[in-house]
Amino acid sequence: MGHHPPVDDWATDFDHTDDVWAANPYPIWDELREKCPIAHTERYGGVWLPTSHEDVAEIAYDTEHFTSRSVLVTEFRPPMELAPQGIAPPISSDPPFHKNARRLLLPAFAPQAIDKIEQFTRNYCEELIESMRGRDVVDAAVEYSQHIPVRVIAQMLGFPEEDADRFRGFVQHVLEGVSLPMEERAEGMMVLFEYLQAQVQDHIDNPRDDLTSFLLNAEMDGERLDMGHVGGTIALLLLAGIDTTWSAIGASIWHLAKTPADRERLVREPALLPTAIEELLRAYAPVTMARLVKDDVEWKGCPMKAEEWVLLPFPAANRDPEMFENPDEVVIDREENRHAAFGLGIHRCAGSHLARMELRVALEEWLRAFPSFSLADPDAVAWSGGQVRGPRTLPIRIA
Amino acid sequence: MKIHVDRERCEGHGRCYALAPALFEPDDIGNGQELGDGTVPPDQEHNARLAVANCPERAVVLDLDETG
Repeated sequence: MGHHPPVDDWATDFDHTDDVWAANPYPIWDELREKCPIAHTERYGGVWLPTSHEDVAEIAYDTEHFTSRSVLVTEFRPPMELAPQGIAPPISSDPPFHKNARRLLLPAFAPQAIDKIEQFTRNYCEELIESMRGRDVVDAAVEYSQHIPVRVIAQMLGFPEEDADRFRGFVQHVLEGVSLPMEERAEGMMVLFEYLQAQVQDHIDNPRDDLTSFLLNAEMDGERLDMGHVGGTIALLLLAGIDTTWSAIGASIWHLAKTPADRERLVREPALLPTAIEELLRAYAPVTMARLVKDDVEWKGCPMKAEEWVLLPFPAANRDPEMFENPDEVVIDREENRHAAFGLGIHRCAGSHLARMELRVALEEWLRAFPSFSLADPDAVAWSGGQVRGPRTLPIRIA
Repeated sequence: MKIHVDRERCEGHGRCYALAPALFEPDDIGNGQELGDGTVPPDQEHNARLAVANCPERAVVLDLDETG
């Protein structure tokens, strides 16, 4: 989203929403890792960018110097008073509040719970594929990938299926519109907030067996959650699960479309898919997280100031040659793969088991339906920038 | 050979029970735990090593000393 002046020096003036970064961030990170492993920009009121696996991991583990009060770099910093709960618990929460806020959510996202929605997900993928049959070229981002996580999270939250397009609108506004003027962002947040309020009210009036009703009844330390907590967590589930998984599915289809050997092997050896998925997650991890610096601190020689941002580019950590052999090569049977696509430490993506299931089912069904597919127009593929990177336009020839 | 999950380090990525379901299982929040006393039968040694090599938090620990 080119609302900012172009970048002339990535070490001192980077911008993660720049079009060059969106199109191909890997060479930028590789060069920084070699020459200036922790870059800095004055943009957004100051942002640091570690690029090695070691530094990204250390900051992710360091909740003493870095707060999660906001995890999305914008010009705006949420008020200090929101800590330790933050605006969307538990992603925005710090210890000790974080632990119980996360714990109450985890059983709903544990593998045992996710197994139960696999068939629903598969049926939906089949439905999407049916609607594409008979055509030569489809947009795998717009017509397939983007719909899957939206439909599944709407089902889990008990929100109306027909609101799917609205959710996607909210998500893109919040995550991809980080460089819009503040007033415009605030307006978009208000629309989201009002929508969520109406859904929550409907669940208060008509309780049912879904995540929204679960949160309304949940207790933490013997007390019901306050409405800010319930609303914030619902906003998180809606925002965090959608364009992240959409990006991962799209990037995987993109890779297989341009790499016939990998595609053919997975069609021949479907049992390899779970291993291949981990490698695709490593190589094309969509999510970069962020922290705020708590107090002025000198961190590995960097004079970090309170309230400056620190980006945690897990996708860059996943390409660190210190950590991975031939990191820029996609090796779909890579056996040793300690990737950090879902983050590290206490904020490990709570939806990772859901995301993996969606990714696996989406690819299984796609490969079964279209064993032979290719990029219809490589130059037309367009990637989102910012903190969630994935294909947003992906023309694929399916026949 | 024995194996165990360091409960302090585990954050529930789930790599261990995905790669070695005969050795690990998820608890109610999706964190990994070893089955039984963590003894690795000879035919599971490869999977045990995979679980160690793929844990992003380095929470899966191989106890080679147990059997020498």
